[in-house]
Amino acid sequence: MAKHVVIVGGGVAGTIIANLLARGLKEELSKAEVVITMVSKDDKHIYQPGFLYVLFDKMRPDELIRDQRSLLAPSIIFHHDTVVGIDPKAGEVHTEKGKKLKYDYLVIATGSRPMPELIPGLKEHGNMFYTLESAIESREKLRKFEKGRIAIAMGVPHKCPVAPFEVTFMLDDYFNKKGIRDKVEIYYTYPIGRIHTLEPVAQWGVPEFERRGIKYETLFNMEKVEAHNGTIAVHSAEGSTVECDLLITIPPHRGAQAIIDSGISNDGWVPTNRYSLKYEGYENVYVAGDTTNLPISKAGSTAHFESDVVADNLIAEIKEGHPARDYDGKVMCFIETGFDKGTYIHFNYTNPPSPMPPSKMIHWLKLGYNRMYWLTARGVL
Amino acid sequence: MADKVIDARGSFCPGPLMELIAAIKSNPVGTTIEVLSTDKGSVKDIPDWVKKVGHEMVGVEEKDGYWSIVVKKLK
Repeated sequence: MAKHVVIVGGGVAGTIIANLLARGLKEELSKAEVVITMVSKDDKHIYQPGFLYVLFDKMRPDELIRDQRSLLAPSIIFHHDTVVGIDPKAGEVHTEKGKKLKYDYLVIATGSRPMPELIPGLKEHGNMFYTLESAIESREKLRKFEKGRIAIAMGVPHKCPVAPFEVTFMLDDYFNKKGIRDKVEIYYTYPIGRIHTLEPVAQWGVPEFERRGIKYETLFNMEKVEAHNGTIAVHSAEGSTVECDLLITIPPHRGAQAIIDSGISNDGWVPTNRYSLKYEGYENVYVAGDTTNLPISKAGSTAHFESDVVADNLIAEIKEGHPARDYDGKVMCFIETGFDKGTYIHFNYTNPPSPMPPSKMIHWLKLGYNRMYWLTARGVL
Repeated sequence: MADKVIDARGSFCPGPLMELIAAIKSNPVGTTIEVLSTDKGSVKDIPDWVKKVGHEMVGVEEKDGYWSIVVKKLK
């Protein structure tokens, strides 16, 4: 009997894992001893870090999109369908089109979704850049913005925890290059008591904000957004109100509806063992990417490094009967510090990050990676 | 015994307080949430935030190499 591996989700984690499995289990696939099936609600794969560049007119939207099928090894069966239920006790996945997929091994990689509707008024009055459509809409607002106050505010949790910094620095450079920075006030807010959750990043950021004339407020968790006569008022749970002419926002995120509807959790995150990356209580179910409930960054790089471990372990389990190694919490993120320089951080469960001074070289590396990402998705880089 | 436990030990990003804020937002009023943190700063950060937004601090306890901080969502 063939072993069936079902991968739910065709984002960074799902795609890397599928391709690594296809390579590592090539012989088993050719003998029909293993069948790999991916189910994804999207038939297009979008490079989400590119949204930030679309916002500032640095990348064109179609540069960020590939057909999902074109990224997958030919031996992978691809269903363009939405998973509506996961039944780990029965070992089944149910889809919107009525398919019932039995599995021996399951990978849950259903990701996260921005949900501005969780904060009253945010969808109507906030400008996102976490979807392609919203990045394009916000780009047009920025193009027309000539003077006034721009506030930056975010919901919790949100993916890509360095994006608040990146968008703020890039706004500063954007208006400097347009020659109207003196007419634009940039007001940054952050949910906890410092300007970034990573303490070394926050320590580096404070003098940088001051040098650039970026004002900030900490302990600011959006509760409600209103607009009167063109002025937007953002109210926080901590009791303060920030008024602005344009609100750039990163909304709170939730996991996939199928996770909630399956009774796995009430927020869409899957309870995951931090080392084995298995769904707690289920030896044949792996979890990777934003969909875990692990207290680590929801980011493409986290998904990438988790995927290497999940794929290695699945290959080892199928070939040798046991997993190969633990995930150590590895995360590595580039941080764009404007249009010309960048830095990066890397850390894991036991080693804290220590950002390097920003440089042009790291910025160029990031721009290069924006084009090389497709090799990552294919399991090559 | 808390209704929900967040094991934020070894979490540098997003960190224990951010994990707590996320859990407060996605759980009903009355839920007690225990945060496990290896970051000593949590012993001050979390109670400060809880007080500021009007939830209840149930307790803080030092354990073997980490802290247990229990919070009740009040609104």
